[in-house]
Amino acid sequence: MNELLPQNQIDSFKAKAAAISHPHELIVDLLRAVQSHHGWVPDDGVLLTAETLGVLPVEVEEIATFYDKIFRHAVGRRVIHVCDSICCWSTGAEMITEHLQKTLGIKLGETTADGDFTLLPTCCLGACGDAPAMMIGLTPHGHLTPEKIDEILQKERAVIAADDKE
Amino acid sequence: MNAYPQVLFKNRRPDETVLLPEYEKNGGYQGLRAALKMSPAEVCALVKASGLRGRGGAGFPTGIKWSFFPAEQPGDKYLVCNGDEMEPGTYKDCQLLMADPHQLVEGMAIAAYALQTPIGYIFLRYAYEGCSQRVERAIEEAIAAGYLGGNILGSGFDVGLHVHRSAGRYILGEETSLLNGLEGRRPNPRSKPPFPAQRGLFGKPTNVNNVETLATVPHILTHGTAWFHELALNPESAGTKLFGLSGHLNRTECFELPLGITLREVVEDFGDGVRGGKKFKACLPGGASTPYLTAEHLGLMMDFNPLEEVDSRLGTAGVTVFDEDTCMVAVTRNLNQFFARESCGWCTPCRDGLATISWLLDRIEFGQASEDDLAMLKDQVRNIKGRSFCALAEGAMGPVEALLRLFEDEIKDHIRKGCCPFKR
Repeated sequence: MNELLPQNQIDSFKAKAAAISHPHELIVDLLRAVQSHHGWVPDDGVLLTAETLGVLPVEVEEIATFYDKIFRHAVGRRVIHVCDSICCWSTGAEMITEHLQKTLGIKLGETTADGDFTLLPTCCLGACGDAPAMMIGLTPHGHLTPEKIDEILQKERAVIAADDKE
Repeated sequence: MNAYPQVLFKNRRPDETVLLPEYEKNGGYQGLRAALKMSPAEVCALVKASGLRGRGGAGFPTGIKWSFFPAEQPGDKYLVCNGDEMEPGTYKDCQLLMADPHQLVEGMAIAAYALQTPIGYIFLRYAYEGCSQRVERAIEEAIAAGYLGGNILGSGFDVGLHVHRSAGRYILGEETSLLNGLEGRRPNPRSKPPFPAQRGLFGKPTNVNNVETLATVPHILTHGTAWFHELALNPESAGTKLFGLSGHLNRTECFELPLGITLREVVEDFGDGVRGGKKFKACLPGGASTPYLTAEHLGLMMDFNPLEEVDSRLGTAGVTVFDEDTCMVAVTRNLNQFFARESCGWCTPCRDGLATISWLLDRIEFGQASEDDLAMLKDQVRNIKGRSFCALAEGAMGPVEALLRLFEDEIKDHIRKGCCPFKR
């Protein structure tokens, strides 16, 4: 398992928490930092957040479990959020989701066997003018067609393969 | 297409972001300079006189909200920008921040001065990382130029702005839930009263405004209230509005249009008509919580009061259009699934009521429903309305009520035929 967060980042959060009167306000930031480094937030990530900010683990957990973009389960190297809200739905999101499931060989909520992709449904991404849309990591992709999805996935796979070589 | 005056989008170019030198060259930060020559109360009075109404969905008059704020009370006070734009069909704030983020920074500096709130938070949703980065860069530029930080423009007043990146969930757009989110508490909504203006962020007086609302303020300060009134086509209204078009239109883009423009002009001219040459059936005029409009409403003015008169709302002016082949039961089912999933679970009418409505709409859409289910649907709506803790479930009832009011025949058709009569 990767380390949860580099020491310099932990130290920087500790310094920030000490400088402000409400360290709780850094919980979401720190959970996001752990997730960005480690891919998701395991129990130890919750404990690390609590310890770093000097708050109770339960105060971290009640936040970690509230937000749908904080992952408390292991996810693949890339998380695909496919929008199923009204604008995407009305422009073919069901077909797009079907294509993603078929291409990746997984259902919504699952991770590919090679650990590369997790596919999750999401509510509106604010890309309604570019519907149907999805997000991979923090990058939005709009005007999706099956062909465009194949292209995007191919590129992501190439980046993942290049990362693995390093 | 009529060419209307552009205010918020005047500097906008595709795939580019306006940086400080260009913003200044085109009149940027003149509004802040003008504000700092006035007293804080005078700035509030000017915004009140402008007739600006909140652009985040509720349409509450901004100047009146500001006038409730205890600006002269000593101690900590906060200004918060609500950028949790997450109501399906709404993407205007994103367009604004990607194109010209200094308008928000300047608007917040003016609001901070008017309300005497030296600390401001900009709350941005998870999916808007691009906006977060652009706003942060604008803040850095503004600090370097003396528009933010200590003693701004030599006025003796300090303003510091912080960006908060959220991590999902629609409920955070509810202002008290957002405040809990900023504080790092579980973001269920809080009971009102006390309102945020009395006890908001960290228990201190807090003013919350939408991105577009705050970004409009500098232009009012620069050009005055008469100019702002004249921007609207509706003489009873004031200003322009960002309209985000989506759904079954040929052109699904975001336009800045005068308040009071007809729905027909929005759909036919700016949206370039319904795609595939189909007929217009219905639309959500301003996001997922706004009751449907139909073809009989095409001549209506897209503005706050005219839409309320027909039991709908302008909301965020995110117009989602549905063509003649669309099943409105299926549309409502999709919308309600969104609200049911995004319910924070705090109160029973929302947590259980929306789930029950989802179940009933499933039954109707898949042809398993009887007249009893229709009666139960009506009963559920009546029991949720006015009984939920916050506005989420209330908003969720908007399209369900409109379905019952405008498309009851379509529901009955599903029940009679035992299947969905529309082919998708």
